[in-house]
Amino acid sequence: MNEFIINTLSLGSLYALIALGLVFVYGILKLVNFAYGEYIMTAGYGLFLLGTYTPLPWWSVMLLSVALAALMSYLTELIAFRPVRTKSLTAMLVTSFAVSVLLQNAALLFISPRSRAVQLPAAFNQSVALLGVTTPLRNLLTIGTTVALLVGLTLLMKYTVLGIAMRAASDKFSTTRLMGVPANLVISVAFIISGLLAGVVSVFWVGRSASVDPLIGFTPLLIAFIATVIGGMRSLVGAVAGGYVYGLLFNVLSITLPASVINYRDAFMFLIVILFLLLRPEGLIRGSYTEERVG
Amino acid sequence: MSVLERILNGAPGRFTVVALAALLLVGAVLVNAFAPFVWVGIYTYFCVTLMLVLGLELFMGNSGILNWTYIGFVGIGAYSASILSTDPSLKHMGVPNMYPALVNLHLPVVPALLVGALVAAAVAAVIAWPLMRLSDAVGVITLFATLIVIHVLMTQWDNVTNGPRTFFGVQQFTTIWIATGAAILTLVGTHLFRESSLGLRLRASRDDRFAASAMGVSVVRVRYLTFILSSFVAGLGGGLWAHYITSFSPTSFYVGELFVLLTMLVVGGAGSISGAATGAIIITVLREGLRQVESYLNNSGVISFEVYGLTEVVMAMLLIAMLIWRPTGIVGGSEWRLPLRRKQAAAAPSPEPPAEPVLETEAAEEAK
Repeated sequence: MNEFIINTLSLGSLYALIALGLVFVYGILKLVNFAYGEYIMTAGYGLFLLGTYTPLPWWSVMLLSVALAALMSYLTELIAFRPVRTKSLTAMLVTSFAVSVLLQNAALLFISPRSRAVQLPAAFNQSVALLGVTTPLRNLLTIGTTVALLVGLTLLMKYTVLGIAMRAASDKFSTTRLMGVPANLVISVAFIISGLLAGVVSVFWVGRSASVDPLIGFTPLLIAFIATVIGGMRSLVGAVAGGYVYGLLFNVLSITLPASVINYRDAFMFLIVILFLLLRPEGLIRGSYTEERVG
Repeated sequence: MSVLERILNGAPGRFTVVALAALLLVGAVLVNAFAPFVWVGIYTYFCVTLMLVLGLELFMGNSGILNWTYIGFVGIGAYSASILSTDPSLKHMGVPNMYPALVNLHLPVVPALLVGALVAAAVAAVIAWPLMRLSDAVGVITLFATLIVIHVLMTQWDNVTNGPRTFFGVQQFTTIWIATGAAILTLVGTHLFRESSLGLRLRASRDDRFAASAMGVSVVRVRYLTFILSSFVAGLGGGLWAHYITSFSPTSFYVGELFVLLTMLVVGGAGSISGAATGAIIITVLREGLRQVESYLNNSGVISFEVYGLTEVVMAMLLIAMLIWRPTGIVGGSEWRLPLRRKQAAAAPSPEPPAEPVLETEAAEEAK
């Protein structure tokens, strides 16, 4: 039982971070960013390239890789999303889809279609005993990092001018701008935070498989979709809650589903998502009013 | 009024449709008579792709909703038609786990194609009603989630689809003539739909949902009916595609292929039939060209590593550039006209609005 709790908490923490990164941008720009998974991929290749070809110590490799994901996120905002921001929602969506395809295939073209091994410090995978359960240190690190990041982000959003401006912007963007908040700044910061979270996610995600490939971002993207839908697209707290609920649901389904239908687990997950959207489109935690249904 | 004049003076876009149909036919005759054999294949493939793009435009262009599931319905049509048309003994070899009842089902190709399209339409009819009530981000994620569900079913249900493995043994039925004919029929069909009452109501709901429903348009209903129609075209196109390519796997019906169709539509112009056709032509030429470059680079030994993904990189950059600088596409939302008629249209106020931008209006007024 203790093992189940630790596994679920660790998985849920990772999923919460994944979801949070997506919602940061969605909250302000109303853009479902399909390129989000590619920020995770970027950091993964950062880990691979810096870890393999430079003599840097592992902690600076990790920090640089996280920064690289944030940079990539900022660059995509600057180059691709900013010019289409004033156009329709569909235009932004297609843009993010195109950015995703572009980054994926750039990795295919310039690095390799095959997956690359990523060196992480051995301590990362060492088992430790806690509450009578042996678990990889990585799981505990995931939980710890998530808690630290959540506390930090909460402080940022609650007590700094920037955070308050961002919360206001996700509530009512035009009014916020009338109050003298520069739109570009708020949106850029949202993308940078989204990229930072993607980078941190990447360290743990790549840590699980110890390899990186061009398609690595797709699964986290799906996870982010599911978690944000469950938790509520409109609120940061909702995204975190959705991440943990999804982690729980995933582990429960993995244990309880019979072997013959385990392969359909993703289909089940997405059916749950569709039902959620139809029956409770605001998610577990209701954000401010938004129009999401016609008729 | 002569017949020619009637054609030219008809609803906006009628000239385009007639001209495009003629062009397709002439193209098919020329390619078949003079071009090398490879070109005949490329042309056939192009016609089927054009049909698929037109089917995507049917819903997306007229409703303004990004339809992620479209490619899933292409897959449903392809699998259904292939299962029905393939000889039982071949099926037994190709898909060892298939349900005996399915193995013994056998139809000639044409009815099989129609049934495949009907299956796609039926699936759409069952699942689409609630989906059409959703809009904006939630609608997008739901349609995307539906595509994932369809894809998981295709890759896992190996009693029907052979799972993630290749489904092979489909007979080659789609010739250049059949493909051209299908593309022309779709062209005429999408045009008629556009000018029909349903098409007009749907376009009204795209341009202003609230004004349209105030005028008595049931937004969900018109979207629903068009979604089914679009899925029917997808299913038929998928069947024809399968009977050209003869062996395929579920990855052919996933985001990668949808990206190609979407690029064609957006680069050409998502608001019009001319746009869809122009995009299909340009992207097909671009893809074939880039493929040549890729295989040249890989075979000539100019560079030491293998080139993958160059085609997609260029296409994605083109798509992003179009969205930034010309989101209405090359054609710009309205249908092609004769140069002379364009002048006339500019001089006299035309009943048709100048452009029907799908990707530019309804601007996120929040984020200007």
